[in-house]
Amino acid sequence: MMELARKYFWRALFVVIMAVGAYATFLRFWGGLGASTNLSDQFPWGIWIGFDVLCGVGLAAGGFTLAATVHIFNIRSYRPVVRPAILTAFLGYLLVVVALMYDLGHPYRIWHPIIMWNPRSVMFEVGWCVTLYTTVLFLEFLPVVLEKLKWRTALKVMKAVTLPIIIAGVILSTLHQSSLGSLFLIMPNRLHPLWWTPLLPVLFFLSAVATGLAMTIFESWHSSKAFGRQLEYGLVCRMTRVLAVLTAVYLTMRFLDLSHRGALASLNQPGIERWMFGLEIVLMAVPMLMFFREKTRQHPLAVYLGVVMWLLGFVTNRMNVSVTGLERSAGVHYFPKWSEIAVTLAIIAAGFAIFRLAAHYLPVFEEEHEEEKALPAGPGRVPTLEEVRVQGD
Amino acid sequence: MARALLFDSTLCIGCRECERACSEGKHLPYDEKIAQEEKTSAHKLTAVRTYGERFSRKLCMHCLDPACASVCPVAALQKTAAGPVVYLPERCMGCRYCMVSCVFGVPTYEWHSRLPYVRKCDLCADRAPKKEPTRCAEACPTGATTFGDREELIAEAKKRIAEKPDGYYPGIYGIEEAGGTSVLILSAVPFDQIGYPVNVEKVALPQYTWAALKHVPDVVVMGTVLLGGIHWLTHRKEEVARKEGRP
Repeated sequence: MMELARKYFWRALFVVIMAVGAYATFLRFWGGLGASTNLSDQFPWGIWIGFDVLCGVGLAAGGFTLAATVHIFNIRSYRPVVRPAILTAFLGYLLVVVALMYDLGHPYRIWHPIIMWNPRSVMFEVGWCVTLYTTVLFLEFLPVVLEKLKWRTALKVMKAVTLPIIIAGVILSTLHQSSLGSLFLIMPNRLHPLWWTPLLPVLFFLSAVATGLAMTIFESWHSSKAFGRQLEYGLVCRMTRVLAVLTAVYLTMRFLDLSHRGALASLNQPGIERWMFGLEIVLMAVPMLMFFREKTRQHPLAVYLGVVMWLLGFVTNRMNVSVTGLERSAGVHYFPKWSEIAVTLAIIAAGFAIFRLAAHYLPVFEEEHEEEKALPAGPGRVPTLEEVRVQGD
Repeated sequence: MARALLFDSTLCIGCRECERACSEGKHLPYDEKIAQEEKTSAHKLTAVRTYGERFSRKLCMHCLDPACASVCPVAALQKTAAGPVVYLPERCMGCRYCMVSCVFGVPTYEWHSRLPYVRKCDLCADRAPKKEPTRCAEACPTGATTFGDREELIAEAKKRIAEKPDGYYPGIYGIEEAGGTSVLILSAVPFDQIGYPVNVEKVALPQYTWAALKHVPDVVVMGTVLLGGIHWLTHRKEEVARKEGRP
């Protein structure tokens, strides 16, 4: 009974989100950006760029980090999570493009950078990389579809070109994940010193790689619940350790940079900035400390909560760079209009729904049976502490 | 000759004839109500602003190396040899990165249009072929806005400061700001007191971006070698196994 109620609750919520999103979509394309957003000449970018694009691309970074881990570095134990990560990335990028269609004043011209070049523009480079990388992700995911269709010849062809495709994917991702940070290099005196640094591209890249891992752990948890799969718990533990180390490197670089630029002094200035900065750091530092402790790593729920906290920290960072850090110099306060939030929620909900459908009908979790002997947990439940201890990490 | 403007705010009487001439020339509505709006917008490409008894003009500064033109992914904004930074609406896809990047907050947007465009002053680029002055300079009754060649206007500005050192703040806004602009400004008081941002970088802004962007080709080449190399190293076991005929 409870199970049934829960199922219908999520379905009803999905329908409501999509309905409100549809009305917001109408507002956007009938009334224009003025009617559907709180953007202004002083604040021309809002959450459709700050969240949907900046966070969306970052949260889809698992596709390239795991493709590199498994196919380039040949760390085979990560195989079970490669396909879900690539699927997430592929959907993520498609949804980023959808979000961009809402934000662009002339969405039907989204292809213009292909023929109208400006190689000095970071946005031009990002546009090209995202276009090419979405194609790469399609090709990386294609074998899953071909397996389902049992097209063996096509599968063989795909297998032969795997390596160049993977390498292209990793390079394209490195370029545009960092370039999303470079977008803000042009405003040294307007982006708050807590966020503007010449290292923006490096910091964006590092945090994207870590986010790729965090998202993969997040997904493993959810897909194990949704599909009654076993949670690859040993693997999850290993990933949390790597995530902890990456976060340590990231935060060290962040603070070294802040102190070298003398930007830490701006923490004395009153205002929202220092609190948002503190939130961003705490949301990343706390999970890092948690993941360094063996006790946390052995507790699936703690790992899950840590990862959620980490992802919120990542989102806070991107929102700080694109919104919080620009408000003071713009002289205005920006808070998204309901329709901006409604579109964003609808896009996220669509992402979850499509992932579920794809995972249900396609052999997304296939590798697992060949490669990884998961621990003997029952379908749909979290392994007990005893089982985890047996598995170890 | 590179088109440029010198705005001597000490001569401005706030009559707004520049606004009227601009709006008429650009086929934009202009009335009493719009005259009261002391900020630029999609329907007002230049605005006279009141600071007590002083007035200043806001308009596109036409940077020598403009951030807006460097960030535009489709090159819809371009710095022309004649001086103006022009906008090619048929290229624009509406990403608004130009607006985000402009240190002077110049480009504005047609927020309430279903298919909006960016609007900004283009230094009357349509008059450039005949070397005619801008409409605002032509309309100015006091000579506060004068039109000419950038180098000549700088010389003129220096002369005015030298002749009347008590009447001017010692400095010409636009010589160094953002690496130099085609609009130059004189003032009796520090520039931030009449609405011009003074924390503007003294170098061309696109160089901050280029410092990162110039590495892209190297990342591609180095990345391919590095990743290919790592793959070769980490897959040796499989290779050996294949050669020895093992599965």
